[in-house]
Amino acid sequence: MYTGLIAEEVRVTGHEGLEINAYLARPLGPGPFGGVGVVHHMPGFDEATTEIARKFAAHGYMAVVPNLHFREGDGGKAAPDDAAAASRAAGGVPDERFVGDLAGALRHLESYEEFSGKKGVIGYCSGGRQAFLAALSLDLDAAVDCYGAFVVGNPPEGTSLRVTPLVARTGELRCPLLGLFGNEDKFPSPEQVDELEVALEQAGKTYEFHRYDGAGHGFFAVDRTMYRPEAAVDGWQRIFEFFGRHLGATSGEGASA
Amino acid sequence: MCTYVTEKTAVDGSAKGAAGWFRLSHALAYVDHPYHSPYEHTLNLDFIDPAAGPSARVAVELTPASARELVRCIESALEAAGEAAR
Repeated sequence: MYTGLIAEEVRVTGHEGLEINAYLARPLGPGPFGGVGVVHHMPGFDEATTEIARKFAAHGYMAVVPNLHFREGDGGKAAPDDAAAASRAAGGVPDERFVGDLAGALRHLESYEEFSGKKGVIGYCSGGRQAFLAALSLDLDAAVDCYGAFVVGNPPEGTSLRVTPLVARTGELRCPLLGLFGNEDKFPSPEQVDELEVALEQAGKTYEFHRYDGAGHGFFAVDRTMYRPEAAVDGWQRIFEFFGRHLGATSGEGASA
Repeated sequence: MCTYVTEKTAVDGSAKGAAGWFRLSHALAYVDHPYHSPYEHTLNLDFIDPAAGPSARVAVELTPASARELVRCIESALEAAGEAAR
């Protein structure tokens, strides 16, 4: 565990060369440290997501969170909830733009001497689907999908979100995938998780799924009523084992991760 | 769960936000996880004017029961106003 961290806002070059803000949390030390792109949930580039980035840094990773609502959020100046509402009203974050912004955030890590060059991604809620999309689109070493909706299945009638399912592209997956899901979730439902698992199996991809009884959507969210500590504690352990295997972990001072 | 269904309508009127009064252009209604209310799901209302930027927004998060009661109150108030509210 690293007790010494640097966490700060940085500027990264996102989709179409636009400079956007991002949150970077990294351990103090010579490294080498793997990089993790943290994809925020629909409520946006919020305090809870920056806490997740600091947790990764404490475990020996350079964690970067691009503000995917930068454009709707008045160039990063609007409050995260206002930016998220504006993004929702506009139909959500376009896939191509997301990939460009995440790629830029991960590219930013290359300017640090302590960066190992290994790159992973993790996303929550809508970010779970985006993490899967990133693993189809970018050269990554590991990806974690936390209850991402619409990897399988279309959004319900009446939604303003312009997202399409990705399961048909499973064969394009470029890295091992860890999936963490609640059995009481409806988006994705257990049946949709089954369908994704079959697709991964058929495509011969390396993956690992864990599903939790008594947990629904958002069970990692410690500031919300859907937080389920048993699922979250086990889930975090799975995440650090998975990233440890694929991104490498450097033990910090004092104690191991 | 996130329901993802968002109802949007144009509205004509005003609202008071963090920076004072502003003219409204649209209202959104959706059931989703709240940002602030201590409940799993709420009926969320956003009163907005996108032309004035993302901060021109009044956000309300209500339990489904209180949202239904509010709908009843609005309809009742409009009915009671008669001609004035047509």
